[in-house]
Amino acid sequence: MTLTPGPLSGATSDGRGPAPVIAARRLVKTYGMGDAVVHALAGVDLTVEVGDYVAIMGSSGSGKSTLMNILGCLDVPTTGRYLLDGIDVGGLDERQLSLVRNRKIGFIFQSFNLVPRTTAVAQVELPLAYAGVKAAERRRRAMAALTMVGLADRAEHKPNELSGGQQQRVAVARALVTSPAMLLADEPTGNLDSHSTKEVLGIVDRLNASGRTVVLITHEDEVAHHAKRVIRLVDGLIVSDVRQAPVAGPPPALEAAAAGPAHGELTQGGVR
Amino acid sequence: MNPFETLRFAALGLAANKVRSGLTMLGILIGVAAVILLLAVGNGSSQAVKDSIDALGTNALTVSSGAGFGAQSTATSTKPLTVADARALADPSQAPDIKGVAPEVQTSQTALYQGTSHTVSSVIGTYPAYFEASNSKVTLGDYFSADDVLASRKVAVIGSTTAADLFGTASPIGKKIVLGGTPLTVVGELATKGSGTGFNDPDDVVIAPLPTVQNAYTGFGSLSQILVEATSADTTTQAQNEITTVLMGTHGITDPTAVDFRVGSQTTLLSTRSSTTQTFTVLLGAVAAISLLVGGIGITNIMLVTVTERTREIGIRKAIGAPKGVILSQFLAESTLLSLAGAGLGVVTALVGAHFTIAGIKPVVIPASVWGAFGIAVAIGLFFGSYPASRAASLRPIEALRHE
Ligand SMILES: Nc1ncnc2c1ncn2[C@@H]1O[C@H](COP(=O)(O)OP(=O)(O)OP(=O)(O)O)[C@@H](O)[C@H]1O
Ligand SMILES: [Mg+2]
Repeated sequence: MTLTPGPLSGATSDGRGPAPVIAARRLVKTYGMGDAVVHALAGVDLTVEVGDYVAIMGSSGSGKSTLMNILGCLDVPTTGRYLLDGIDVGGLDERQLSLVRNRKIGFIFQSFNLVPRTTAVAQVELPLAYAGVKAAERRRRAMAALTMVGLADRAEHKPNELSGGQQQRVAVARALVTSPAMLLADEPTGNLDSHSTKEVLGIVDRLNASGRTVVLITHEDEVAHHAKRVIRLVDGLIVSDVRQAPVAGPPPALEAAAAGPAHGELTQGGVR
Repeated sequence: MNPFETLRFAALGLAANKVRSGLTMLGILIGVAAVILLLAVGNGSSQAVKDSIDALGTNALTVSSGAGFGAQSTATSTKPLTVADARALADPSQAPDIKGVAPEVQTSQTALYQGTSHTVSSVIGTYPAYFEASNSKVTLGDYFSADDVLASRKVAVIGSTTAADLFGTASPIGKKIVLGGTPLTVVGELATKGSGTGFNDPDDVVIAPLPTVQNAYTGFGSLSQILVEATSADTTTQAQNEITTVLMGTHGITDPTAVDFRVGSQTTLLSTRSSTTQTFTVLLGAVAAISLLVGGIGITNIMLVTVTERTREIGIRKAIGAPKGVILSQFLAESTLLSLAGAGLGVVTALVGAHFTIAGIKPVVIPASVWGAFGIAVAIGLFFGSYPASRAASLRPIEALRHE
């Protein structure tokens, strides 16, 4: 199986090759003060190569979401450095941060976080609108993204008219519509049944196969089996870091289904 | 995002919550309409006073008995005004700036005509000069003459209200009414002056020759007042001085600070009245301002609630890369649309409402109040729409998302 995610094929997990997409050093996040202080992150070092597929696991309260929010530029660490694509995020101003969130990161929340009373297609168009894409082009790309997640026929539905799985697929379409280099997902399947979980993970797998870097949080081993690398957090520290498949190859779940009929689709995960 | 798109987003945002948007708009509408209308009513009433000043004639002066204004005069005894005083004033060699003099007695009587009874609020006995001095014109019949006065004939000129009450639509000319037991023949009906000042109806009046009224009702004692007409509006001050000099002579007073009569011009009388309505306007203005303030607090409250409610949404938008400016302009556009529409409808409501007579006063809209109320409402909407939004948009996305 020779599925090469473009120019990144030379990247290896030993840290050599092109600059890592995520390079976090001694990330610390504390909440509260005095006796009530909580160390949500107690000094996390994390490097993620371009094209990698990382699952973060750990018990409740171990700091997974805290880490993810910092990686997604939704929150800032108390101390520590975070380089995204080689850029020190701590040095960016408000405007630059919104650009980074818009162009580089696609974030998927456990609770979907769709804008209320807004149709699916308008929902997916939003990041493009903020990026300044023209209306016609926007509609075209939004529909392409919705088609990719299998929701073209639900484009005019509002969140309250969609099932949980469908809402999460709209959220996935919204996250990938700007073709970000990195997809971050905080328990994307936490609220979904096994069928919807399979659908959403299938989409994420194909996105990774096409070269996107994926980091997702999960509690379920089945979900973690889809990742190339599994990290475990305990009390705000990384306690294990296991590689299940090489960065350069396809995600394990797709490899298992190798030579399957879906092969042709794998390379066209993008929506541009 | 271009401005058009920002507006589209804002319109969608407002449409998504029709009841709240509607109520906010209603609040602004009422505030703006109240300010414009209340000020228009105040303005209308002072306009009416001004009109009645013109109607009464600006060269009329009234002389009435009694010490000057308040404690200014040190007169020890008061001589009543008499017909002799009036006659002295009518002497052109002593008072060259006086054109006409009309001594007046006033009373109130019940008039009867063919079983219809009507209480006339002012029955005036006077000379024909009264009609010109008080700017009273007959529309039907004629004035009574100097001859009628000399012969103390039982004739009368009546006001339009009195005529309508006693005769309905029929012509009163030549009819005999019984006023306080004395039969009087109606010779003329006065043109309607209108109830501009609102205190008493100037058209509910019966005017008869002085000796007739004195003989029938008041007796031949003192006069109620003397109405004096100056030669022109410009000579009222000279005429006023001449009156003082002449009457000091007839009353035997040497100290000008101790006079026992007072001379008032209609203008000074009415300027007191217009300053009263000024106070009235200011009062209405204050009430209006309060209603605008309350409306403003309403807007503020709804905007605050809206933003609090939508902080999560702001968080979502920030998480997918909305710059602070775009979020701000969306909320700003929403509150602009809301307050512009509300204030605009308020102006329309007020302008329509100003066509109706309110509490007997025809409102006269002050253009400045339209712009002022509109501007203030929009400014309040803008400020309190954008301020909470800017606070919410400054939050880190995760803080906004966690907002309950
Ligand atoms: N805003 C906050 N204020 C105070 N403490 C917080 C805040 N957010 C998180 N924490 C604390 O930080 C720790 C890590 O929280 P985090 O949400 O990262 O856990 P998690 O690993 O995502 O758990 P779960 O699997 O239940 O989602 C927890 O102990 C939590 O109580
Ligand atoms: Mg979590």
